Amino acid sequence: MRNSKLVSLEEAIRRSGLTDGMTISFHHHFRGGDKVVNLVVDKLAEMGFKDLKLAASSLSDVHKPLIEHIKNGVITDISTSGLRGELADAISHGLLKEPVVFRSHGGRGSAIANGELKIDVAFLGASASDELGNACGVPRSENAKSICGSLGYALPDARYAKHVVVLTDDLVAYPNLPAGIRGADVESVVVVDSVGDSSKISAGAIRDSKNPRDILLAKQAAQVVINSGYFQDGFSIQTGTGGASLAVVKYIREEMVRRGIKASFALGGITAHMVKLHEEGLIGKLIDVQSFDKVAAQSIATDPSHVEVSSVEYASGQHTGSATHALDIVILSALEVDTDFNVNVLVGSDGIIRGAIGGHQDTAADSALSIIVCPLLRGRIPCVVPHVTTLITPGKSVDVVVTEYGIAVNPARPEIKEKLEKAGLKVVDIQDLARKATSIIGTPDPLPFGDRVVGVVMNRDGKVLDQIHIVK
Amino acid sequence: MTVKNAVAGTLESGDIMVNIGPGEGLQIDLQSSVAAQFGRQIKDLIAQTLEGLGITDAHVEAIDKGALDCTIRARVTAAAVRATGKDVWKD
Repeated sequence: MRNSKLVSLEEAIRRSGLTDGMTISFHHHFRGGDKVVNLVVDKLAEMGFKDLKLAASSLSDVHKPLIEHIKNGVITDISTSGLRGELADAISHGLLKEPVVFRSHGGRGSAIANGELKIDVAFLGASASDELGNACGVPRSENAKSICGSLGYALPDARYAKHVVVLTDDLVAYPNLPAGIRGADVESVVVVDSVGDSSKISAGAIRDSKNPRDILLAKQAAQVVINSGYFQDGFSIQTGTGGASLAVVKYIREEMVRRGIKASFALGGITAHMVKLHEEGLIGKLIDVQSFDKVAAQSIATDPSHVEVSSVEYASGQHTGSATHALDIVILSALEVDTDFNVNVLVGSDGIIRGAIGGHQDTAADSALSIIVCPLLRGRIPCVVPHVTTLITPGKSVDVVVTEYGIAVNPARPEIKEKLEKAGLKVVDIQDLARKATSIIGTPDPLPFGDRVVGVVMNRDGKVLDQIHIVK
Repeated sequence: MTVKNAVAGTLESGDIMVNIGPGEGLQIDLQSSVAAQFGRQIKDLIAQTLEGLGITDAHVEAIDKGALDCTIRARVTAAAVRATGKDVWKD
């Protein structure tokens, strides 16, 4: 083939025209097993680049080596959905001069599509690619080394970045089609030993929680779904991956079978649980922006009703065609909920960043019914508080909060409250939940925040929602 | 009251490990996963519990993993009983 796109990583970087100060981007479909960010940034450091802006769809524990690259001035700006582990801790204590910009998955998609977040060079890991850059997250040969399933968060980067480099650990013969990343958008293809460790996609095996509190929360949340008025044939649903969220699916499934109700689609991060319901014929389509475990990743490889969507198609607030607009019910978790129903999923109650916005803002805002499931206390840390440490999802998007001490309904949804009360569920005032927490643990002292801003939380409409201050 | 070295509690989440030993006055060293928000309250509670048991001279080292007040009181009391030999539940 003439003018082959197939080059070494160093040559791909040189060809890209990358210069100091530009923006590079990455996806996080391998989650804790990602190898692309560290590989590429190490190479950029070795080549002497400085002052780069890193626009990741998310970052986690595995990206700890970025701490040194920040100290050495290679990376001076970060935008992401979340931060965890030592990198998050260091940034919370002021490692990075520029505040980290946090966006939801839908918010990042919108920002890339409307040009607010301009990407100069995207480095996108793929489990299979041909020489022209048609690339996907599923195996396409018997030599495949990895699988991550949907590449939904990488698709806006592939489409809108000025220059796209695909990294793959399995180069296959043309045509690698169908493929989410289209060769027409790709400038270079780099073969590497490994783009990611697929065994680390799901943090721990997916199993039913045996924690009795999780089971109680899940049963209560399932009762809310079932009695909400939205539990009708053809409904649609999205859940998170926490123990309680997964267990909710189990109890909803029982009721679907009993009543003969089927869901039209499940959305979002797709789990093995959702795949099971789909294979049983209880869910029509799986709309997958991110495969949360290997079962889901394998399903999207083979099942035509399991569909890959970009983060724009998934959850953009600025594109009326995004899937969240058709979503009936979403079940979400929270680090904190306050008495105005505002939710924090990003900053721990010690002020340290330890989470991700994910699709929280997007799904809560667009769904017909958003249900937050969280315990009243985690150890001595209260989850229902007078004011959230950091505002991530505004209370006007949140309809119901399920705790083990009762279910609180947003006063803006009196019809939901009436339905739940009629079903005999324990509906309580959210103020009473906060008071109950305080009566058990006392009133916390204020957190030792300083003046400097280390993080900026964007709303999905592109406006600033809150700021995260340095922890002393 | 003579205070020997004694310990109660574990390092499990939601628990507190309390070490008591001889000391002059009450000296409390606390490591806590919730120190910023609850350190002051936890130290006060440890002191109150010991004073309630008539212990005014002791060195306490406590490692807290987010225990609730009832747990802290129970662990401090158990450590004190072991340190003094005075069984507050029986006597």
